[in-house]
Amino acid sequence: MSEETSIFGPYTHAKSSISRTMGLVMLSLLPATLFGLYQFGWPAIFLFLTTIVACVLAEAFSLRVAGKPIKPFVMDGSAILTGWLLAMTLPPWAPWWIGLIGALLAIIVAKQVFGGLGQNLFNPAMVARVALLISFPLEMTLFNQPVPMFSAQAPGFLESLAITFGSSDAIDAVSSATTLGHLKTELGRGVALPEAATTTVSIWQQLWGQTSGSLGETSALLLLLGGLFLIYKKVINWHIPVSMLGTLALLAGLFHLIDPNSYVGPMTHLLSGAAILCAFFIATDLVTSPVSIRGQILFGAGCGLLIYAIRTWAGYPEGVAFAVMLMNACTPLIDHYLKPRIYGRDRKGQPLVYSNEGTDRK
Amino acid sequence: MSTGKLFKLFKIRGGVHPDDRKQLSAGQAIEKLPMPPLLHIPLQQHIGAPAESLVRRGDEVKKGQLLARNQGAISAPVHAPTSGRIMGVGGYPAHHPSGLSVRTITLKPDGEDEWLDKLEPCDDYYQLSPEEIADRVARAGIVGMGGATFPSAVKLNLRKRYRLHTLVINGAECEPYLTCDDRLMREQAMQVVEGVKLMARALDVDHILFAIENNKPDAQASIREAAEDTDIVTVVGLPTRYPMGSEKHLVQTLVGKETPARGLTADIGVVVHNVATARAVYDAIALGRPLISRVMTVTGESIQDPKNVEVLIGTPLNNLIDYCGGFREVPERLISGGPMMGQPLPSLRVPAVKGSNGLLALSDKANKTTTEMPCIRCASCVNACPCGLVPLDMANHIKAGSLDSSVKLGLLDCIACGSCAYVCPSHIPLVQYFNYAKGELASRQRTQHKQNETKRLAEARTERMEKIKRAKREAMAKRKKEMEEKKRKKADKAAVAGAES
Repeated sequence: MSEETSIFGPYTHAKSSISRTMGLVMLSLLPATLFGLYQFGWPAIFLFLTTIVACVLAEAFSLRVAGKPIKPFVMDGSAILTGWLLAMTLPPWAPWWIGLIGALLAIIVAKQVFGGLGQNLFNPAMVARVALLISFPLEMTLFNQPVPMFSAQAPGFLESLAITFGSSDAIDAVSSATTLGHLKTELGRGVALPEAATTTVSIWQQLWGQTSGSLGETSALLLLLGGLFLIYKKVINWHIPVSMLGTLALLAGLFHLIDPNSYVGPMTHLLSGAAILCAFFIATDLVTSPVSIRGQILFGAGCGLLIYAIRTWAGYPEGVAFAVMLMNACTPLIDHYLKPRIYGRDRKGQPLVYSNEGTDRK
Repeated sequence: MSTGKLFKLFKIRGGVHPDDRKQLSAGQAIEKLPMPPLLHIPLQQHIGAPAESLVRRGDEVKKGQLLARNQGAISAPVHAPTSGRIMGVGGYPAHHPSGLSVRTITLKPDGEDEWLDKLEPCDDYYQLSPEEIADRVARAGIVGMGGATFPSAVKLNLRKRYRLHTLVINGAECEPYLTCDDRLMREQAMQVVEGVKLMARALDVDHILFAIENNKPDAQASIREAAEDTDIVTVVGLPTRYPMGSEKHLVQTLVGKETPARGLTADIGVVVHNVATARAVYDAIALGRPLISRVMTVTGESIQDPKNVEVLIGTPLNNLIDYCGGFREVPERLISGGPMMGQPLPSLRVPAVKGSNGLLALSDKANKTTTEMPCIRCASCVNACPCGLVPLDMANHIKAGSLDSSVKLGLLDCIACGSCAYVCPSHIPLVQYFNYAKGELASRQRTQHKQNETKRLAEARTERMEKIKRAKREAMAKRKKEMEEKKRKKADKAAVAGAES
């Protein structure tokens, strides 16, 4: 018998742990990631690994400085996941230092400075992405067309090393705007949408992911699959993804109906950019999203609204990172006001009162 | 009997599905434990005031004889579980995590196991009035045997203050491992159903819902059979989910109404009693026997042969372990009750009491101790809480020392079911925080009460002293006045006398 007999129950526990939760998220990211790595070749693999290793090292360093035990916190998988998610949102052929600086920003500035695991107000990967986007606009907006591994145009191993770690300008040869970027530019020039859209890829290519874009954002279908797996495994609730995508689709549909020439349609909004990745993996980040169901619905709807507004009326073609961070800032407020109703009480917290006949005290 | 197949159930929020581990002991028929060499019968085995001992060292008692009578309205008497000699009345470790000593009667069985000859069995118990039933239940020392140990007669008398319509019999047994209620329903269905009918009569209700979780199909079948010729009993199958056996949630599942906060289920016209209590009521009224034994499940991975045992109240728990073949390995933990809400036992010397339903010896495999990690706000606890609370917020406020704000968040609405801590991926001992806060608040309240009381007494004393002083002063003034009067009279007299002479 242990000495801790004074500890209250329960004396049995579900098979849950932080590393299991993080592991499930990574598992569900795996298909889309593998597809992204295959599609963008060795440079993408180098960037992916650089970002994750840098995250883990930054985490270990911070824990050491803070005097916290290193092993349990590094082993929980949260740093790997942060690096993984960050890498998914980077241009696949970005240089290695983008991944490194992003990792340091995410782990040290956005997470450990706030107090480490569970304490951060903002999603670390999104903080890093926004900071990178503002600081290095050129590197962060240079996208390349998919050049699947083993295909003729794909760069070889050494050439790839030069792309990621050296100073190769190979990317200029294959650079290509993303769907959202292209549409934004064309609409900005006054070109009508049907005309501008003729040169973008088809809905099917977007769904499958054969388009230029960030490393892990392109395959809407595989991300959706992973997201559904997470909901099935009860790691996340369905409320944030559904309310976010629903709001985005609704707004896009509404404006597209009003003026089809200048407003992009709902399918493009849903399938291009980081919408699906965000809905299932970023907005649903456990630490930075509300805990109550009603709060999650509001949070998701807010994300959807902001994404649409930023994409449509603001200067950036993609607004997922900004939208999520703005809603992250609202999370404490949402949690304060939208709580579940307590058993036996009404929404205001007063005990329920039944007025019907049979229940009155004699 | 009406069938429960089509009975409409209502959804409750939250809950968890722990591995029920009932197969360890569910197949074992109830066995009677051999007479232990000594019995330690505590005077407090119920909620309320402790009973007052009526016996002294050296007294010879018969089985079923009253050993201690109840004190006050909420209390229960205690009876001799067997015949024998009283060895003493004094302190003995309680069946409680603290292991503090409580007043306990120690009885040495004489081996005769001879019943008291003035028991009052009752053959035509259907003729008894509700008052008589409640009175007999009170005299038999019956308390809620699901673990709450609230004096049952007080609950049977609720008809006087509430308009009741339904009696719910709680056969959910939603705690993992425990099978004592299951066995009781399978083996003694007739006694249980008769007891249930008696309780319904005492409560003056004409509707009985007998709720049994669907993981106990044999129990459902035997109760259905026993209740076949009664049309007021409906056997209802409950979905297997913890905490289905929580009184207020069980009632919500069956009736679709929530019990108002800080209220009783009687507020919505329902009273809930436990299966084992029903059998005790039958024994008390039909056979005239007081509550002197109960069925306990002795189980867990560390027990050699898990069993369901009929135990005399006061039996030291090590006798149960020995009877079940001892330990297979050194257990990691010894628990009284189920693994979700049970309490750790300080030692095996403590006696079985009226509220003990299980003795678990858990191995470390079933009870892995993992280090606590920070909260990742995953909301698993929010989704699992059957009471609609936000456990992570409450724990944060308690950690920060602001107990009052945790009360605002609903701390006092927490039923300590442990669903939140069960699912927490960070292994945060949430129930520990909540129980600490509840205990701390209660002790603050006591301190506050004491301060107020001291202040009141001090003020009363000052007032009393003032009064005495005032009275003295008044008396003195009066005396002075009288003296002066006397003097004056004397002077007058003298003057008159002088004038006369």
